[in-house]
Amino acid sequence: MAQSDYTDVMIQGGIPKAEHPVSEAWRMFRRNYAAMFGLVLLGVLVLITLVGPLVYSVDPFEIVWAPLTPPGQEAAAPLGTDYLGRDILAGLIHGGVATLAVGLAAAFITVTIGLTVGALAGFYLGLVDDILMRVTEFFQVLPALMFAMVLVTLFSSSLTVIAIAIGLVSWPPTARLARAEFLRIRNLEYVSAARSVGAKNPRIIWRVILPNALPPLIVSATLTIGTAILFEAGLSFLGLSDPNTYSWGYMIGSGRDNILDAWWAVTLPGGTIFITVLAVSLIGDGLNDAFNPKLRER
Amino acid sequence: MQILTMLLRRLLYAAILVFAVLVLNFLLIHLAPGDPAEVIAGEMGGATEEVMASIRKAYGLDRPLHEQLGVYLGKTLQGDFGQSFFYNASVTSLILSRIGPTLLLVTTALLFAIGLGTLLGVIASRNPRGIVSNLVTVLSIVGYSAPIFWTGIMLIILLAWIFPIFPISNMRDVTLEGGTFRQVLDVAHHLVLPAFTLGIVFLAQYSRLTRASMLEVLGSDYIRTARAKGVPERSVFGKHALRNAILPVVTIAGLQFGSIISGAVLVETVFNWPGLGTLAFQSILARDYPTVLGILFFSALIVIIMNVVTDILYRVVDPRIRTAD
Repeated sequence: MAQSDYTDVMIQGGIPKAEHPVSEAWRMFRRNYAAMFGLVLLGVLVLITLVGPLVYSVDPFEIVWAPLTPPGQEAAAPLGTDYLGRDILAGLIHGGVATLAVGLAAAFITVTIGLTVGALAGFYLGLVDDILMRVTEFFQVLPALMFAMVLVTLFSSSLTVIAIAIGLVSWPPTARLARAEFLRIRNLEYVSAARSVGAKNPRIIWRVILPNALPPLIVSATLTIGTAILFEAGLSFLGLSDPNTYSWGYMIGSGRDNILDAWWAVTLPGGTIFITVLAVSLIGDGLNDAFNPKLRER
Repeated sequence: MQILTMLLRRLLYAAILVFAVLVLNFLLIHLAPGDPAEVIAGEMGGATEEVMASIRKAYGLDRPLHEQLGVYLGKTLQGDFGQSFFYNASVTSLILSRIGPTLLLVTTALLFAIGLGTLLGVIASRNPRGIVSNLVTVLSIVGYSAPIFWTGIMLIILLAWIFPIFPISNMRDVTLEGGTFRQVLDVAHHLVLPAFTLGIVFLAQYSRLTRASMLEVLGSDYIRTARAKGVPERSVFGKHALRNAILPVVTIAGLQFGSIISGAVLVETVFNWPGLGTLAFQSILARDYPTVLGILFFSALIVIIMNVVTDILYRVVDPRIRTAD
């Protein structure tokens, strides 16, 4: 074997081909059965929510049969009816859009506030950090559900107010995470390198540090969607859901007074929310493992 | 001496937080749509002109905003959070009468979660691929994903309705006669399901956290040293490892007091437990704003106090921090 062939083999076999971090993470994610199960589960739920209303077009507000009919007794309402005689199945199929939309919107607000606060605090440090962290601590002292309850009660229980209220009370953990990541990265060599070639602060924050801080933030954003959906469900259970929009939360709120007469009216939408959040959590967990292969042993 | 200055600093900071919550309450009253006097009266526009006039006078609502803030802080710092129209009682007395049951529920759930959670975490860490370990992982994901009121309802259906082992709701059986001991037993019997429902969420988190933190600690040098010098395995786990692994659990438990109170609101509503949560629920239905705002303040106060307590506790558990400041 000639010398040059040997070097070729050395180079090809010795140095692994660089893989894009996203495709590497996806490769890790695909191997994780629990996470893939979560992804498929969420896909099915989203599909039912989006396509279901076209196939099963019963109006969820319409009274279809006698009130409190148990599941499996009437073809008109296969999963039973609520205290007014409205079809539970129609509610489950039509109510998903509003619930998922509130969850997504609230998570978006949470991440936007949390990321901004955390990035500024972790990057600028000093007085900015002190003030922002005191504000964060203040928000952590207020029990989140109580605070959201007060906001929705005082203003209104429209979907918009609910989403804003959830976002406003749940950003502190995201801010702490973002701050910790910015603190860690801001002193790394490539940041100094960017600064030495004259990059300004906004560019360093958005183009240099943020992309490198993304993996844990993506995981936390995913989990935040789940928490926001749970939050909306909790508020609905307390009677604070939008009365004009049919959502899983609305079903829970309207069924809560008849739990023992009609277990299906609350447990079915509650179970649907559980499955949805479970899917989101499994995906979040899978992403976490995919981004941190070293932690997989734990 | 050091511990005294630390304590004073913590208390001062806690006082500032309390002050900030009061300012927030004041802002909420003024930002809410409608006349602030109506928000304070809390009667959905049903208050008589006389009541409104007296409220305007008492809270100085005709004066500039910063003077109004002064009046509001003066009143609330003396414990005056206004009158509840719905309950026809002062908000403060109403809340004080409900704090006991909430604290009973929350502490029971928390002790259950920390006790069993760390135990499961330690067992899981002995065999990271074993049954307990997998159980901890599954439990933590399920505990995180299930709406807490849904878990409560499922437990009621299973353990109070199909198998009537526990009572469906309330804190005590009012028809029960007998001595203190029987009354205590009765409350304990009513407490099982709500405390379990609330505790299971946090149990899930603490067991996972303990497991991760134990695995990290068990890989450290001082554990290898302890094993090398022949310390029995029991003692390595119990004394050397657990004492270090428990620190993150204490930190998280302290930070989470707010979310435990939030969970308690839902659990109390499910089980009709006569605490702050059911009070909050009923006053929301009645649009009883003074009570709602009072509950927000008092629940924040509980969290602030608990944070100070955790901080002190942390110093007791971890001697390194004691010497650090």
